[in-house]
Amino acid sequence: MKYVSEYRDKESALKYTGLIRKLVKGEWSIMEVCGGQTHSIVKYGIDQLLPDSVTLIHGPGCPVCVTPIELIDQAAEIAGLANVIFCSFGDMLRVPGSFTDLLGVKASGGDVRMVYSPVDAVRIAAANPDKEIVFFAVGFETTAPVTASAVLQAEHLGLSNFSLLVSHVLVPPAIKAVLSGEDCAVQGFLAAGHVCSVMGYTEYEPIAEKYGVPIVVTGFEPLDILEGIHMCLKQLEEGRADVENQYLRAVSRDGNRAAIEIMRSVFQITDRKWRGIGEIPDSGFSLRERFAGFDAGKRFEVSSHEVDEPEICISGEVLRGNKKPFECAAFGKECTPERPLGAPMVSSEGACAAYYRYRLARER
Amino acid sequence: MCLGVPGRIEEISENDDPLFVTGKVNFGGVLREVILAGIKDAKIGDWVIVHAGFALNKLKEDEASEVFEYLRQMSEFGQDELGDSEGISDRSE
Repeated sequence: MKYVSEYRDKESALKYTGLIRKLVKGEWSIMEVCGGQTHSIVKYGIDQLLPDSVTLIHGPGCPVCVTPIELIDQAAEIAGLANVIFCSFGDMLRVPGSFTDLLGVKASGGDVRMVYSPVDAVRIAAANPDKEIVFFAVGFETTAPVTASAVLQAEHLGLSNFSLLVSHVLVPPAIKAVLSGEDCAVQGFLAAGHVCSVMGYTEYEPIAEKYGVPIVVTGFEPLDILEGIHMCLKQLEEGRADVENQYLRAVSRDGNRAAIEIMRSVFQITDRKWRGIGEIPDSGFSLRERFAGFDAGKRFEVSSHEVDEPEICISGEVLRGNKKPFECAAFGKECTPERPLGAPMVSSEGACAAYYRYRLARER
Repeated sequence: MCLGVPGRIEEISENDDPLFVTGKVNFGGVLREVILAGIKDAKIGDWVIVHAGFALNKLKEDEASEVFEYLRQMSEFGQDELGDSEGISDRSE
């Protein structure tokens, strides 16, 4: 067992698509919430293997894409300060703010570093006591435990030169926001496997019940996604709306209590603004009072201002699942991964970038 | 962003505080230091799913072939017996 290659078996994938074709009678729209799944779906062409009556709608599950433009601006402002080493996951570096991106700050002399883990930023802080180290903490419930772990380590080491610009967001409130939308076409969901590996899936049970939508916790490999789609379609055809778990090898109903505890000890739930969607109540994490000293938003004086997105960019519609990247006039023209107008074209998990990389290349 | 990579625990560092337990995890031949604070009773040889240097959860070996088992069962039941797939429809734990 390697837990990867076996789940990419072509023959089994074709069998799954055959089963799906036989199963489907109605017309159905399913949203995969997580950008990692969007990436797999477009990369392996899973959506093109499905019958025409099944539409996959790409959801808002890319934390890079939904981080508000105002926060990108704050990050750029802090990163440009003398004496600051600004650390971030690589995906965030090229997300356009209203005046620059973090790579632009680096090009103008700012010390901006890409890290694999927030814990790397803690190490940098320990090694550079005369500098201020700031970590741009974005991510869903998958990432919150490691961010929390970094904060606990920094506290344990007594580091006073480490802080975080926190923009952590949560999946269930986003699903509710999508379902509450006036023009919501989504009839079923594939829930994000790794988020649920931490959190379990009890939070999704009242959502499935209230809105009458099936939710299937799904993994990321092609066969996982095909099985998740089959399970979701089976529920739709049978008129059921339950929470089911496809990703059994990594997810249990109650999740990982030890990881949840680490996360909850550091973070509390707060309202958050989502780029392209707007404010969603109780949809994110902020640092608890005990850790307020690690809050970069309080440590540095940053300006707060409202910013408008470029008019031509429809990333909000794409993030809400109302439009596909191809429907944007700027797609592949004014907006490319090299010169992105909106965040979904930047992140490797953004729907626009996935379409640009795999779909456009295939059609050329 | 929510990428999780499966790997096998090869070493566990001793630490009195469970919050700071780390280990070496083998990802197809590449060893990396990983925080194991979220893994209760971590043992050498356990498979874990790792995100940004943090082990999110153990991988359950007994569920590893489930994708193929479901495929086999669904193929056997066929499209005519949908809704009659005993033991498959209730997959919550």
